[in-house]
Amino acid sequence: MKTKSGGGFRNYVKKGFLAYDLMFLPGLILLIIFSIIPMYGIIIAFQDYIPSKGVFGSELNGLYNLTELFARKEIWRVIFNTFFISFLKIVLGFPIPIIFSLLLNEVRLQGLKKGVQTIVYLPNFISWVIMSGIVLDMFSTNGGVINNLLGLFNVPPQHFLDDENYFVFVIVITDMWKGFGWGSVIYLASIASIDVSLYEAAVIDGAKRFKQTVHVTLPGMMSIIIMSAVLNLGNVLNAGFDQIYNLQNDLVLRTSEIIDTFSYKLYKNEYAWSQSTMIGLMKSVVSAVFIVSGWKLASKLTDYSVF
Amino acid sequence: MEKSLKFRSGIRPSRVAEAIIYVAVIFAALLCLLPLLNVLAISLNSKDTADRVFLIPKDFSLQSYEIMLGRAQLYNSLWISVKRVVLSIVISTPVTVLMAYPLSRKSSEYPTRKIYVAIVVFCMIFNGGLVPGIILVKVWLKLTNTIWALVLPMAVPVYNVILVMNYFRGLPKEVEEAARIDGATAVQVLFRVVIPMSTPVIATVVMFVFVNSWNEWFNGLIFMDDVNRYPFQTYLQSTIKAPDIKSMVDLQNYALVSDKTIKCAQIIIGMIPMIIAFPFANKYFASGVTLGAVKG
Repeated sequence: MKTKSGGGFRNYVKKGFLAYDLMFLPGLILLIIFSIIPMYGIIIAFQDYIPSKGVFGSELNGLYNLTELFARKEIWRVIFNTFFISFLKIVLGFPIPIIFSLLLNEVRLQGLKKGVQTIVYLPNFISWVIMSGIVLDMFSTNGGVINNLLGLFNVPPQHFLDDENYFVFVIVITDMWKGFGWGSVIYLASIASIDVSLYEAAVIDGAKRFKQTVHVTLPGMMSIIIMSAVLNLGNVLNAGFDQIYNLQNDLVLRTSEIIDTFSYKLYKNEYAWSQSTMIGLMKSVVSAVFIVSGWKLASKLTDYSVF
Repeated sequence: MEKSLKFRSGIRPSRVAEAIIYVAVIFAALLCLLPLLNVLAISLNSKDTADRVFLIPKDFSLQSYEIMLGRAQLYNSLWISVKRVVLSIVISTPVTVLMAYPLSRKSSEYPTRKIYVAIVVFCMIFNGGLVPGIILVKVWLKLTNTIWALVLPMAVPVYNVILVMNYFRGLPKEVEEAARIDGATAVQVLFRVVIPMSTPVIATVVMFVFVNSWNEWFNGLIFMDDVNRYPFQTYLQSTIKAPDIKSMVDLQNYALVSDKTIKCAQIIIGMIPMIIAFPFANKYFASGVTLGAVKG
């Protein structure tokens, strides 16, 4: 029998480290190929990329793509739209799942509670391709449900999808609609984990139900609320490509073109591959700062850590 | 728990408050359900009254479905999506579990973990972006129009790895340690001790992979040059957003359909697989997600 202090490699194997490395390997290879190798793309942002010459044959042109990008008249609007739409989504969408989970927690008919839960989770699992089909139909001026309802109050049909101001509103509302149910899962779980004795103590102190919610349930959820609030920082540049790309039309581009849709159209319609990469790179770098700040704040304010 | 329910129900909120809560909660559920039912009703209606349908078809007609189900590309794209989902689950789930286990070790016991964590974090924070991804898949790997272009780029969802890692960490340490002392190797511990205790989280991962690979449409759009290679959602996207040229032809041949009723039929057909899978998914999602995400 070998002792523990035997050869370094043998020890490495014996402790299972080699097995761990081998377990990690398939995932590592996939990550390297599909996440790390594409980082070479940073070069494309700084060159006059010509597809037939490839990344290594095209010539570097310094910050030319950056100046070209910012010479476009719509660029500031695109950046503003990205921040504005995601800001509205985060700020307006944040409280809804919390309020909903508090309300649902007060429902004592278990059957109703389960049924409602199942139904509100559903939209989250349906793709934006399909959801946008439904939204386009709901808000349309030719027999859409929303305009039919407004018609009952003698309001003339509104062009929700073709009016640039209404459109942003539609984007934010439908995003909240699709996500609030699933967003409440984490809060319902944190409510379920609150210590029952806290409620007992509150009752002894004479707290009625509403007081129990304010003084026991909400404080019990607070660390989760703070955690999801700060982790949302990572989304400040994610205004929602799938949703906006599938809902927008030429009439509403001014208020709804975001970095992701803009970057795709630069690539697709203008073949401006280098500029598309440049704006993608800028987004990635700024996002990274926000994501990391979110993590840092989360671990400072709560005991949350990603790893 | 039962005690808490009885206890809490001991003091009832006022009738009015209770009524408001019930109304609000049911309203929220209807808000999610009615739009779907509206689309269903329109899809089953003929074109003349389609604009006035709310929940019940006025003039029942299955012609929209007849047209949709007569299109070869529907079956083509469905088949591609099914292959994609199966391959994604078969590849992604084992890779995720195998990555999560070493990551769930303590860095103090398994120093290499720190390097792996750094790599995973890097991949979570940065991405090369659209054009480099396209060049990689289409030019370098030459995966254009193949099923692998739809499967491999999404094969390691880092979020799932973290979910499983957190779940593994929450498992009782004693069982694993006992198995190690009895002479089980790391691999044996994973397969005979850890994985059998992890059904909820593995089921959750399978469902997440199913949902993501079923719903994903953008990779289909950028990696497939041939529309006959589109997965189902990409095919839907190409017909829902733009005016559907095939529909124009169909409109002349069928009396009872409009672009609207056809699109609604398409939406319903598109939702069916998810609606079927959803009850199974729902059973595991909540427990798997909360166990992975909320510690303690």
